[in-house]
Amino acid sequence: MSAAPPAAAPPAGPPPEPSAAAAPRAAAGAWLVALSPVAAVGAALLAGSAFIAAIGEDPLALWSLVFAEAFGTGYGLGQTLFKATPLVFTGLAVALGFRAGLFNIGAEGQLYLGGFAAGLAGLALAGLPWPLPLLGCALAAALAGGVWGAIPGALKARFGAHEVINTIMLNFVAFALVSYLGRPHFMFESVRTAELPPAAWLPRLDALWPALRGSPANAALLLGLALAAGVGAFLFRTRRGYELRAVGLNAAAAEYGGIHVGRAQLLALALSGAVAGLGGLNFVNGYKHWFELGFSGGAGFLGIAVALIGRNHPLGVLLAALFFGALSYGGLVVHQRVPGELVEVLEGIVILCAISAHRIAERLARRMR
Amino acid sequence: MDGLPFLAAAVRISVPYALAAVGACFSERGGVINIALEGIMLNGALGYTLAAHATGDPWLGLAAALGAGIVTAALHALVTIGFRADQITSGLGINLLSMGLTRFVLRAVFDSSSNSPRVAGFSELPLGPLGDLPGLGPVLATPLVLGAAAAVAAAQWTLFRSVFGLRLRVMGERPEAGATLGLSVPRYRTLGVLVSGAFAGVAGAWLASEQHSFTDGMTGGRGYIALAAMIVGKWSPLGAAAACFLFGAAEALQIALQGSAFPAEVLQMLPYLVTMLALAGFIGRAVAPRAVGVPYDPERP
Repeated sequence: MSAAPPAAAPPAGPPPEPSAAAAPRAAAGAWLVALSPVAAVGAALLAGSAFIAAIGEDPLALWSLVFAEAFGTGYGLGQTLFKATPLVFTGLAVALGFRAGLFNIGAEGQLYLGGFAAGLAGLALAGLPWPLPLLGCALAAALAGGVWGAIPGALKARFGAHEVINTIMLNFVAFALVSYLGRPHFMFESVRTAELPPAAWLPRLDALWPALRGSPANAALLLGLALAAGVGAFLFRTRRGYELRAVGLNAAAAEYGGIHVGRAQLLALALSGAVAGLGGLNFVNGYKHWFELGFSGGAGFLGIAVALIGRNHPLGVLLAALFFGALSYGGLVVHQRVPGELVEVLEGIVILCAISAHRIAERLARRMR
Repeated sequence: MDGLPFLAAAVRISVPYALAAVGACFSERGGVINIALEGIMLNGALGYTLAAHATGDPWLGLAAALGAGIVTAALHALVTIGFRADQITSGLGINLLSMGLTRFVLRAVFDSSSNSPRVAGFSELPLGPLGDLPGLGPVLATPLVLGAAAAVAAAQWTLFRSVFGLRLRVMGERPEAGATLGLSVPRYRTLGVLVSGAFAGVAGAWLASEQHSFTDGMTGGRGYIALAAMIVGKWSPLGAAAACFLFGAAEALQIALQGSAFPAEVLQMLPYLVTMLALAGFIGRAVAPRAVGVPYDPERP
């Protein structure tokens, strides 16, 4: 496999600290677990190669082509970054939940509602001077996503209702809700809103970095990078972040230690939703400049894969988002030679390999102790 | 709106939900969450279409759907029971994989990115006077409808009255206890998942046979609705089937009200909101099997 994707670099997440006696074998075991996502990506690419070979193409040549298209030209890199941007947001969102021991499958709906709220806010704030419409859009997106995350958080905290089912249900409610609430605003065969005022637009990255010319990569990526730093600082440098992680590691022990478990869970899912909601800016404010039905296109679900491969660490999430961004743009480019569906198949295989490799590595590590 | 045609529409819509939801009871009562229902149904629908297209025989289509469902479920079992990996994530991965794979096969076999050519459906059973009921008759005479009704009863009996059902439920409540009895936890859990796959595969066959074709993404979230119905039905086949009928009726109402001022989206949200209320304990507490979602690991009790 010549075109090893960049996500194959070891995620910078701290390998789980071995407890008292840090024997070298235990440390090796910890590294084994930390590196399991790399093995998973490798296994998935191998499976993809078998697929490619089966339809009569040369896997090695094809992977090099994908790599060259996704990173070799300024335009291609811009496309890759654009595809990676929403995944940064949803990956961070899912990772935030996982850190608190909660599985947020609702990032898709939160992203979708966030984009919708941004679209409506941009239209409502037309006429105001820059940067008020843009800030209004960001606020609306974060708020809409945050509320959508807070609902399962509150249900979990108050009734112990399982967040997995509730976030799945809320995805579907979000799709129906947007169709309903958006009716008065949808035009052009009822699929999108009117164009937002330019004061609500996010600048394209090619304004800063001319090499990316023509690609839709925009400042939402910078916001995503800032959020990654923010999420990292919150999780590892603040008291609330500590509480959140403590609940995720052992809720009973956290409660005994004086942490309000329900509050930490509510906070985790509300923040998670807000982060996912902000991801809507990439498409609405940065790319098309309008809200469009179905714009989220699975980025929320893919965020789960991003968080898994990124080991729930902001830095890992960034690398994983870049990998999946490259995969989806590269797959688009080579679709003349291999069907584009292969990307979806690969994504599924990456997910299955990631969780399997993780458990296998854990078991091996346990035996090494 | 006439009563009987409405009832017929509700039954027609709820059959695939009921099949998938009843099957899911086996998986979850055995301790394995099955979010892969959506992907299994999709593969089942494709299996039906491929076989019915090749042979013209809907019964061979049904067999292929059953096989496709079991194979997909076996992958879920391998990942969650064999490798003891997270069950929810595995289900999501399988759904994604199935979306891509079915689209790939659709293009490779039928050279289309959206739909297959028309395939055979089931012919009606001779039911005599029952089949002549206006509106309802043709629905009742569809083999899979009566089959689904029988399957619900059989599933309820198997899960709660048979030795196998008791043992399966032990694996979802206290797998250690099952292991102490000398039973193989992985074997029972795998069986539960495979039964679920068989049911969901047949649910897919129903969708494809009703529509006489396969279309890209044709399950459209039905697997998730079935999962929701199973929860509202409190993890029992009878309860799940009742919830499916409720959801089916809501959908039929939505179709009946099309063109009226009543917003269809409100009815569209109903199944999901009902499920959330049930989970929160507002309409009878829905309590999951105690060990569902927890990989069984004898090395780490």
